[in-house]
Amino acid sequence: MQTTVHDPAIEDLLPSARPVQLIDPTGAEVTQTGTRRPYVMPDADRLQDVWRHMVIGRRFDLQATALTKQGRLAVYPSSRGQEACQVAAVRALTERDWMFPTYRESMALVSRGIDPVEVLTLLRGSAHCGYEPMTHRTAAQCTPLATQLVHAAGTAYGLKRRGEDSVALGFIGDGATSEGDFHEALNFAAVFDAPAIFFVQNNKYAISVPLAKQTKAPSLAYKGIGYGVASEQVDGNDPAAVLAVMDAALEHCRSGKGPFLVEAHTYRMDAHTNADDATRYRSGDEVCAWLDRDPIARLEAYLRSRGLLNDDQANAVRQEAEALASDLRDRMNADPVVDPMSLFDNVFQSATPQVEDARAMVVRELQAADEVTR
Amino acid sequence: MTTIDAPVRTSSLTFAKAINQALRDAMTENDDVLVFGEDVGTLGGVFRITDGLTRDFGEDRCFDTPLAESGIVGFAIGLCYNGFRPVVEMQFDAFAYPAFEQIASHVAKMHNRTAGNVTLPMVIRVPYAGGIGGVEHHCDSSEGYYAHTPGLKVYTPATPQDAYWMLREAIADPDPVIFMEPKVLYWSKADVDTETPSAPVGQAAVRRPGKEVTLVAYGPSLPVSLKAAEAAAEEGYDVEVVDLRSIVPLDDKSVMESVRRTGRCVVVSEAQGFAGVAGELASRIAERCFHSLAAPVLRVSGLPLPYPAPMLEHTYLPGVDRILDAIDRLQWDDEPFVGDNRG
Repeated sequence: MQTTVHDPAIEDLLPSARPVQLIDPTGAEVTQTGTRRPYVMPDADRLQDVWRHMVIGRRFDLQATALTKQGRLAVYPSSRGQEACQVAAVRALTERDWMFPTYRESMALVSRGIDPVEVLTLLRGSAHCGYEPMTHRTAAQCTPLATQLVHAAGTAYGLKRRGEDSVALGFIGDGATSEGDFHEALNFAAVFDAPAIFFVQNNKYAISVPLAKQTKAPSLAYKGIGYGVASEQVDGNDPAAVLAVMDAALEHCRSGKGPFLVEAHTYRMDAHTNADDATRYRSGDEVCAWLDRDPIARLEAYLRSRGLLNDDQANAVRQEAEALASDLRDRMNADPVVDPMSLFDNVFQSATPQVEDARAMVVRELQAADEVTR
Repeated sequence: MTTIDAPVRTSSLTFAKAINQALRDAMTENDDVLVFGEDVGTLGGVFRITDGLTRDFGEDRCFDTPLAESGIVGFAIGLCYNGFRPVVEMQFDAFAYPAFEQIASHVAKMHNRTAGNVTLPMVIRVPYAGGIGGVEHHCDSSEGYYAHTPGLKVYTPATPQDAYWMLREAIADPDPVIFMEPKVLYWSKADVDTETPSAPVGQAAVRRPGKEVTLVAYGPSLPVSLKAAEAAAEEGYDVEVVDLRSIVPLDDKSVMESVRRTGRCVVVSEAQGFAGVAGELASRIAERCFHSLAAPVLRVSGLPLPYPAPMLEHTYLPGVDRILDAIDRLQWDDEPFVGDNRG
């Protein structure tokens, strides 16, 4: 028996049957048919802004990968190929909105306006979080999977209670949709009508495990429906579509309709991290096929075909990206000064006697070491 | 001459009511204090600790959540970003385990991870330990997990007065606090002075002075230790009972002062003994009081077994006899030490 959904309350939640796309891989505009919600091409200046930040983001990502090879970073999870997701989602936010990133969102953090050196502090190993979360309204990069989504739900509810017209955006990958906290976050946000956007970058692999072994769901976007969360799936390599879907999600949240789930179909061009060997679990052909869906080239082709980007403008942005990479290289090549006593600074706001005892012991050790070297 | 009645400062309250009163007073003083968890709203909590809070403060201030402990704790973390001060209930000790990742990876570490930029002034209330005839998963002594996690404060009051004031302090504390409530004490009753604070958290209290043996106890082990001290007095031992009040921070100083005076020490803890808080205390005392000790420090604890079915819990729990036996083994007659096998 064939079942059809006719309940309007359920239809409001459903994602489009196919991922929303506004620009195809050749850079041509796609005529909208069959999407659940009306999506319109974002303004030219926003597309130009996203293209610029994607170019900068990719150059940053390549530089970070190079710094890893030079031993300057302990590890680096590249997001090359996921520029449309990370950049467009962030550029759709206002400064008043909150963001809850994972360890892979380095590019998103740079697009948020955070100093690239501060973005890499965690991965360099000189401290855990190099930037100030409260100042940037950006939580510390989160390593345990999906745990930050419940924080996003709580923060979103707090924003609503404070009467703020702000939204909390939480990022995760496809693998994290299997974690309990993903489900608890969606459920809490829905029950409390919290203005939270859950943005799943479905990049097809959780380290080495492909999506088919992660879930039997036809789309990760469908996971919102069971919780009463409006959902959408989008071509995650189409920056214009990501912007448009984010606009809809933000409008949904800001108008008091509760949370929103976005599944962005994208691909991780590099391995999980520099420590991973992706050739063990995926073919070169598969990777090459995704090269043809490059989000930067796609938007560039669209902008050029509309006269919205010329060589001079493109070169200027690429020079800006080079300057950022050069500056990042220089600053990352300086050995960071790490004060061992900073270990004890922020365990508690009022240190316990036990922490004070440990501090005194390290002071004695350092003094002894100092006397030996003198 | 007219007589003006002095304001009522002291009233007789159960331990449970004292916690309820602390929540009320904190919520009255600060609109940002939010109470939430499973069944804490209309029902008033399975132990009625939050009784009447929704009625009196509204559903915005005391509310029920979906049944998901990790979500409750993570949601509370998120609310801290907006300046709220959440007080969440975990319903029962073992029910908090699904939230352990949030507690260990985020609650304990957020302040440190963000170089002090993010503070989590939250309280996680955990009704804990046994002695109430509860079925499995309702009687765990889980304080060791929290105390072992740097970044968490762990309070465990043993009197209604402490229940009131330590919770007030926990809510006011900018650091996250795991507030361990011994369920067996919920119905104990005593005078509570809600205007004059007792000793601040971080200071242990001598609950019974004595000269010959120190019993170090906390939470559910305090009443049994006091009973044991009375029984020991009948056998001629003069026993001092020290109540830690908080495990983190730990008041080494008061414990050591007592043990140096008495020269003998038994640590009493309801949790199973292996790799636990009692072992930590015994070790610290041995390190710091070695030359004052007339006998090895002994531990009296729960058995190294899963918390048993209700009909067996009185065999499992450290009772007066087990404490008296330990006191007897403290080398009073220079006889060779007979070790126990509880570690």
